[in-house]
Amino acid sequence: MKHVYGWLLLTPAAILLIAFTHYPAAATLFDSFFSTGTVVRPSRFVGLANYAALLDDPIFWQVLRNNLAFALGTIPTSIALALLMAIWVNDKLPARALVRMSYFTPTILPMVAVANLWLFFYTPQIGLLDKVGAMFGAPSHNWLGDPHTVMSCLAVMTVWKEAGFFMIFYLAALQSLPPEIEEAAKIEGASRWYFFRRVTFPLLMPTTLFVLVNATINSFKLVDHLFILTKGGPDNASSLLLYYIYQVAFSFFDTAYASTLTVVLLALLAGLAIVQFQQIEKRVHYR
Amino acid sequence: MRVLARRLPLLETGAAWLLALLWVSPLLYAFWAALHPAAMATHFDPFSMPTLDNFRKAWTYAPFPRHLLNTVILVTMVLAAQLVLCTLAGFAFARFQFAGHDIAFGLVLVQLMVMPEVLIVENYRTMAKLGLVDTILGIGLPYMASAFGIFLLRQTFKTIPRELEDAARVEGCSMLGVLWRVYVPLARPTYLAYALVSVSYHWNNFLWPLIITNSVNTRPLTVGLAIFGAPESGVDWAVISAGTLMAVSPLLVAFLLFQRQFMQSFMQAGIK
Repeated sequence: MKHVYGWLLLTPAAILLIAFTHYPAAATLFDSFFSTGTVVRPSRFVGLANYAALLDDPIFWQVLRNNLAFALGTIPTSIALALLMAIWVNDKLPARALVRMSYFTPTILPMVAVANLWLFFYTPQIGLLDKVGAMFGAPSHNWLGDPHTVMSCLAVMTVWKEAGFFMIFYLAALQSLPPEIEEAAKIEGASRWYFFRRVTFPLLMPTTLFVLVNATINSFKLVDHLFILTKGGPDNASSLLLYYIYQVAFSFFDTAYASTLTVVLLALLAGLAIVQFQQIEKRVHYR
Repeated sequence: MRVLARRLPLLETGAAWLLALLWVSPLLYAFWAALHPAAMATHFDPFSMPTLDNFRKAWTYAPFPRHLLNTVILVTMVLAAQLVLCTLAGFAFARFQFAGHDIAFGLVLVQLMVMPEVLIVENYRTMAKLGLVDTILGIGLPYMASAFGIFLLRQTFKTIPRELEDAARVEGCSMLGVLWRVYVPLARPTYLAYALVSVSYHWNNFLWPLIITNSVNTRPLTVGLAIFGAPESGVDWAVISAGTLMAVSPLLVAFLLFQRQFMQSFMQAGIK
């Protein structure tokens, strides 16, 4: 009986999960071996041709490089800032609640809204960045229109948006550390920095790994700001993998190639998922 | 709580405050710009008179009331479905060792990584087949069976002592009665945490709603905002700021009122 009950309870969720996660994932893989069908030419099996095209597609490689640069540019900075923020707001700090709220607020705003606000900072001449630059005599610069600066601009905005979110995880971890360790260190006369380096930071390692994996996954899913700020430009300099998939599928209508690109994204996420699940396992065992 | 809580050195306090100021300044600046004529957004004059003109203009340029209504419908619908589906599935995983339990659970967890927005091509196709393109149900349906919700509730249900269930059983409670009278009330904090995380996620979600909607009657705030704020729409920046603030204000106000619960819910949700 319990088998039947278990499955009955699970059925409604299982149907939706299969319909919108497992089936589309399998269908994506399947589609990547076929050509895109048109009215006059139906889709046919092409084997690995889409993958061969992918290897020869300079935009794909550029987008992948961009994604890597975006991850490397945003993740370490936002994690370091998050840790610093968490340590500050975990300590006795005047107006602590206000400071904590300030750090966290960007997290709850939609990325599209955030991009709207930041668009203005980066606008040449009338934007805040150029205004401040002009005060120091710097020439006007098209921040989002220059392939050399566009990624950094997006990275700064993303760090602003995400650091407060990661702070929350560190704050939770810090609050679960037993206070006795700190007392002992104090009695031994350990300096603040020494205590952080030798005790706090190692104890926070599981949290750091957890945040790291999540941040990496996020860096592949976060594309909302591109719709407002750059549309992937100039010359694909700021495009990311998921945005490219969107373009190929919904602007160029090449669904087979979009599926092939999606398979690459799925493979990347699967790799990260394995690390993530090992993390979860550990946490469950610790309980 | 903390036995040895000490105050931060003065220099660090200053740095912490400075960073906090830096962090809210984009928002404060948006408020400033939204409350002043467009020319004032670029010429900072602390003594100029604030005006609500931009809000009025933004309200008429874009159908914000309709977008807001769509978002509220979407968020409510998704949350209601998630609560029911995740409760049932979480209960199944927490209390029934049925055949295929572990495989099924593994398959649920896959969704933690592969959210519906990654599979936009196939999911759009499915929605087209179901005739759900450009409907609010179409935006919400892929998210209703939330792996995260199932996982969170399973963890919570597992911590509830079996004795409570046995006692209820002895009293003649049915299986669903046990779920409704014992498990659900005891998991209330988890439900609250999950609700806050879910609402903020779907309030802010953009890519999938953008793809699946194409008319004013279904577009949520984020998509409306993107169209409104596009440079080619020819709206001036003060009005865009006003529109942006209007779009984020319900969630922002809710956050300011319930910030403690909000942060705690994110904390709880994070410790998976």
